[in-house]
Amino acid sequence: MSSEFVRLADSGARDPAKQAMVLTALYIAQEQYGYLSEEAVKRVAERLKLPVSQVYSTATFYSLFQTQAKARFNIQVCEGLSCCLSGGGDSLLAYLEEKLGIHAGASTPDGLFSLEKVQCLASCGTSPALRVNDELYEDLNSDKVDRLLDQLAGRVQA
Amino acid sequence: MSDAFEPILTRNIGIPNSDKIDVYLKRGGYTALRKAMAMSPDEITAIVRESGLRGRGGAGFPAGLKWSFMPKGDQTKYVCINTDEGEPGTFKDRLLVEHDPHAIIEGTIIAAYAVGAHRAFVYIRGEFFLGVKRWIKAIDDAYRQGFLGKNVLGSGFDIDLSVHRGAGAYICGEETALINSLEGKRGEPRIKPPYPAQIGLWGMPTLVHNVETLANVPHIVNRGATWFKSIGTERSTGPKLFCVSGHVRRRGNYELPLGVSLRDIIFKYAGGMRGDLPCKAVIPGGASTPVLTADQLDTRMDFESVAAAGSMLGTGAVIVVEEGTDMVDVARRLLRFFLHESCGKCTPCRVGTRQLADILEGLVAGAGKKGDVELLEDISRNMIGKSFCPLGDAAVNPVLSTLKHFRHEYDHYVEHHRPLAAG
Repeated sequence: MSSEFVRLADSGARDPAKQAMVLTALYIAQEQYGYLSEEAVKRVAERLKLPVSQVYSTATFYSLFQTQAKARFNIQVCEGLSCCLSGGGDSLLAYLEEKLGIHAGASTPDGLFSLEKVQCLASCGTSPALRVNDELYEDLNSDKVDRLLDQLAGRVQA
Repeated sequence: MSDAFEPILTRNIGIPNSDKIDVYLKRGGYTALRKAMAMSPDEITAIVRESGLRGRGGAGFPAGLKWSFMPKGDQTKYVCINTDEGEPGTFKDRLLVEHDPHAIIEGTIIAAYAVGAHRAFVYIRGEFFLGVKRWIKAIDDAYRQGFLGKNVLGSGFDIDLSVHRGAGAYICGEETALINSLEGKRGEPRIKPPYPAQIGLWGMPTLVHNVETLANVPHIVNRGATWFKSIGTERSTGPKLFCVSGHVRRRGNYELPLGVSLRDIIFKYAGGMRGDLPCKAVIPGGASTPVLTADQLDTRMDFESVAAAGSMLGTGAVIVVEEGTDMVDVARRLLRFFLHESCGKCTPCRVGTRQLADILEGLVAGAGKKGDVELLEDISRNMIGKSFCPLGDAAVNPVLSTLKHFRHEYDHYVEHHRPLAAG
């Protein structure tokens, strides 16, 4: 969604204060560097003329900013109550842990998949839900998850 | 959707391309804006006040009153559209943003005109990827048609609107945390007072409204306060989006008048329970609101009635739980959420959510011990009213309310180290 980020940067440029650009700039940096490395955070701070400590402090507050490199497909399983009540959450996570052979918080050795737990994705009416990078998948069951993993792996070969 | 109730907020939803400006215009969109521009700001505020519209983000504060708190005069003022929907169980704002963004924009322009603000911001959850796209497209189109920008519809009124994307923090739905996040800071709440209407974004008066609240405004302007008051109850007026999830047959958003009973929401609209098991409990307004039991299903879903039943209307997110569900586990899952989302600023909330979550995890893992239940109560009571923002208070609701109604399930865990359902 790089063009979206450019648009966001444009709309952000209308903001009256430079500091207000921090989140937008961090998104752009994360897009360019893959994650918010020390260098990426420093560059954001330089561009916005803000202390590095302040930008880093802000970056680490928000869960969508990653200060570690992620796998190509970062799978985030919603552990909200409604997902749990409809067979998602812990059960879905356990299924994926088994399939991928990793625990939540880890990546597969080939760097293809990483697995995480996330909080409510506002898919309670269409739960269970998970997200892969920027894409949301809803109304899941084990068949759909199997197909999704195959499809993602297929994208790499293509 | 309901068959008997004329949809208002959801009138465009289900129509192809309802997010596009030409569809919105064809459906009578932006007529309220034209009407509003021919009125004085005070007249509009008076109508909204008279309508009784209350905030739909959870607190239920009267919208017109909030507008009237904004100072007069021509200092810089701001309007923020709170699209940081993240309360577990809630998925109504997402629906409106993805499928009817222009209704929210129209309401926002009217609100900005009424309070004399010329700059407005959308604050949207970073996770709402589609919502961000829809917002940006809708705003661009509204600029192109002259609804946003300089001299709106030749009225002489200027208003700019842009999108600010959050980055994953539930707390930013709290209005002062939202303001800090908009300023590019950590999304930690500020102490109130001063309220944002006095000192808000960049120290200037700021009106922060939930998406659903603003979506009501064009209808109120078009059809009048009396019409709006004819929907709902005397003190909780208008339509409400109820997000129904959990163990029901037809999960989803239902637009119904405030004051509809929980029983009707579940059995008349959401198709009843999903299986053969009866209803055991309902969380009526999202994760922050105390659990109600099956014998409270005749509670009417308006601000006063839900409060009288010992809970809160909250966001109108109805999570339905069937018999056989482990309520200690429900509390545990909800506490995980609050633990994750506590921003860490206030010690009672930061440490309290950790303690509560640890005890609950221990109980469910079969490691409960004597005194755990009393400790849960003690910690909860000591968290109430001791944090800057309502998160610290909200976090104890799942614990205290499940303890109130299902204490025997906790005791069983302490005694037998397994759920009551497992015998």
